[in-house]
Amino acid sequence: MLKYSFYDLSRSRWTYAYFLFFLLVTFGLLFFSYDISRTVISLMNIVLILCPLIGTLFGALYYYSSKEFIDLLLALPLLRRSIFLGKYLGLSLSLTISFILGTSIPLLFFGILASGALLNFLILLTAGVFLTFIFTGIAFLITIRFESPIKGFGVAIFVWLFLTLIYDGIFLLTLLFFEEYPQDKLALVLTLFNPVDLSRILIMLQLDISALMGYTGAVFRKFLGTGTGMLVAYSALTIWVVLPVMAFLRLARRKDF
Amino acid sequence: MIIRDLHKAYGRNEVLKGINLELPDGRITAVLGPNGSGKTTLIKCVLGMVIGQQGDILFDGKNIKNDWHYRRDIGYLPQIARFPENLKLRELIRMVKDIRNQPAYDSELISLFGLEPYLGKLLRHLSGGTRQKVNILIAFMFDCHYLILDEPTVGLDPLALIRFKDLLLRQKEMGKAVLLTTHMVSLVEELADEVIFILEGKIYFQGKIEDLKAQSNEQNLERAIAGILMNNGHV
Repeated sequence: MLKYSFYDLSRSRWTYAYFLFFLLVTFGLLFFSYDISRTVISLMNIVLILCPLIGTLFGALYYYSSKEFIDLLLALPLLRRSIFLGKYLGLSLSLTISFILGTSIPLLFFGILASGALLNFLILLTAGVFLTFIFTGIAFLITIRFESPIKGFGVAIFVWLFLTLIYDGIFLLTLLFFEEYPQDKLALVLTLFNPVDLSRILIMLQLDISALMGYTGAVFRKFLGTGTGMLVAYSALTIWVVLPVMAFLRLARRKDF
Repeated sequence: MIIRDLHKAYGRNEVLKGINLELPDGRITAVLGPNGSGKTTLIKCVLGMVIGQQGDILFDGKNIKNDWHYRRDIGYLPQIARFPENLKLRELIRMVKDIRNQPAYDSELISLFGLEPYLGKLLRHLSGGTRQKVNILIAFMFDCHYLILDEPTVGLDPLALIRFKDLLLRQKEMGKAVLLTTHMVSLVEELADEVIFILEGKIYFQGKIEDLKAQSNEQNLERAIAGILMNNGHV
């Protein structure tokens, strides 16, 4: 099943457009800055916004446009779960491959292997891959819930906007509001509930620019710098991948087509 | 195949209200009924694409609930031919064969319907009639005991239609159980051994064509059907 959704997608122009986009941006950044570390930092901001956005948009787009394919498969002797899991993995994997190749090729060309930024880049890739899988899953969950593409797209984009922008606003307001209280725990917990923030902090800690984040940065450094902290952070990201996909498969099992 | 007391509602809209039906081997059973009477829903329930609230569907004595292996024995032709548009016809055939992993008779059907020139074309570039031929090909290319056909003749040219009828009769002679829906009365008269008339989610009539004609005092099947619809408030 996976093989065929992958095959279907490898035909799609969008997969290549996504790959080319990363290729051009990374080359562009490298040409302008001539500095691998700085390129990786600039890429971080792009990855944190773009991987969720593309996961969301392509997830919704792909689900709605492959309805016919799904209808065809449902009538064949296949387990429903393997059909839908195949769709999900097919899309997340092809987006992941476009992303990894698009960013890696230029950086390899400019000799990232020999530079000190390799580990930073690997963390960036990990975060990007997590975000792709998380937001594709969320998009699939939303689109299977809403029959009408307009509603589905609306909700999916709202969730993306919420997690990348609005959540941070609420986060800051909460911190301001409870200024007099100790906030390190609250800040940590709130971060765990947002995969975008979590990825951002993981990358920032690795890039050693957490000093820029002031007090909270120090708190995160203290917590996430430890083995347990890292474990908690990556577990939280994994849960963010698994939960939407499980909910999606549950809905798929009972849906009428 | 046996259907026992099948109910299905989409929200408050009750589509099937207790359908009982048996599909005998070596027979062609035609399901008739006005638009929106629940024919397609019935078929989708049999395929497990729509899940009924109440009632059982048995294949060879086994309930299909939470099962998918039984679909190996079904060749299904959906009402609207929809395919993954980025695939070529050849790839689609290979994919279905790969998924079903059953012996296939695709080459005979491809030449029967003259599909050779389209093998290398993308599915989105095929015309409506050609897509219907592909649809037939996918439904018939495996040796399935049950054939479930939802409006199989839409968009076919006369030659393809004749070949399709012959194909269907051959399958019947091989002892297969065929269920088909159609609005083409001539097709029913020519092929069907038994008709089932569904009206508002219930079986209104079940039996031979002659009995349906006799029941409504009409010589012509088309008029008999139209008569039933008018008497039941379908204008």
